Amino acid sequence: MKEMVIILFSAILVNNFVLVRFLGICPFLGVSRKLDSAVGMSFAVIFVMVLATIVTFPIYMGLLIPLGIEYLQTIVFILVIAALVQLVETTLKKNMPALYKSLGVYLPLITTNCAVLGVTILNIDESYTFIQSIVNALGAGIGFLLAMVLFAGVRQRIENNNFPIAFKGIPATLIAASIVSLSFMGFAGVIDGLLGL
Amino acid sequence: MNKITLLKNGIIKENPVLILLLGTCPTLAVTTTAINGLGMGVSTMAVLICSNIVISILKSIIPDKVRIPCYIVVIAGFVTLVSFLLQAYAPEVNESLGLFIPLIVVNCIILGRAEMFANKNKVIDSAFDGIGMGLGFTLALFIMGTIREILGSGSWMGIVLTANLIEPMSIFMLAPGAFFTYGCLVAFINYMTKGRAIKKKEIGCEGCPSAAACAKIEEGGCE
Repeated sequence: MKEMVIILFSAILVNNFVLVRFLGICPFLGVSRKLDSAVGMSFAVIFVMVLATIVTFPIYMGLLIPLGIEYLQTIVFILVIAALVQLVETTLKKNMPALYKSLGVYLPLITTNCAVLGVTILNIDESYTFIQSIVNALGAGIGFLLAMVLFAGVRQRIENNNFPIAFKGIPATLIAASIVSLSFMGFAGVIDGLLGL
Repeated sequence: MNKITLLKNGIIKENPVLILLLGTCPTLAVTTTAINGLGMGVSTMAVLICSNIVISILKSIIPDKVRIPCYIVVIAGFVTLVSFLLQAYAPEVNESLGLFIPLIVVNCIILGRAEMFANKNKVIDSAFDGIGMGLGFTLALFIMGTIREILGSGSWMGIVLTANLIEPMSIFMLAPGAFFTYGCLVAFINYMTKGRAIKKKEIGCEGCPSAAACAKIEEGGCE
């Protein structure tokens, strides 16, 4: 149990996917201008990350390893994720139109989100068990949500400020991201301290 | 189309990293040293050239509706190939790039070029487009890596420069330094081109590989 808590919190805070590992930067910069779209995108990412882990992990352990074709990991994983996203989108559209309206629009963007492929590959690389992988995926998704929400707030503040013209737009956003990521460095070591390890 | 124009287009006019702002994840993550930036750039360039050629050859065979999954399979195949080559001939580079080698698959530049260029143009042109874009990507990563390595560890390409004279600012090797360096670099390009370059295509739907499938495009973008 303690192990799960450690995995969860280190995925959220210490190894934050966006600000420390640099995965999923495109949606981080692209969709974080408004708080509600940032939240919608993040929940879609959490959902797909957990689902992708639940599907890819058994495929890797049960199919690729027994057949000795681990090297096909990249191809198989990206195809599974693409198919999964498509499936989720169609299902939501048909059965839950309300949820589709708030989450569905972000789904096509997620196939090419490197955070999703990243978390499935990381789970294998770190040789987590099935449950640990799901916890790690959940933590990675929540970390993504946290970074998006924090950054949406920061961005709304900097939007109307006076910068030198060259820094307007993306450069200012990147510098702001640098400061937010600086604050996340403060979490390094927090997990060990909190749980007394 | 003129081959030189194609090359120049990729390296300067439409530099994927500095002007189009694509492929930001590897740009920020692997540029801790100049040699890592170079390794990532060359690996991506190899995948880009090969996938551009193959997609351009197959463009009349691939059905329009399933083109994106087809492109992904082609790209993922070449990524697997490149990862094997790196494991065999450059294990150190492979070790330091780590996770970002399989993640070349989801690099927006490669899928973007397949969608925007290779499926509309001839094989030779597509190859040159791949070379140009690849060189532009490599150049940008090399510049990022150079700045961060000199400031962050006082050396360049492993050669010690200022490490013994000035205490290196190791923050430049870490995440905040990456965002900061990239922000300043883009601002510099912005300043040199008087803002024309970036304004033309801010992070938006034009360069986005998901644009074809994106429902938000009718509403005028992601924001």
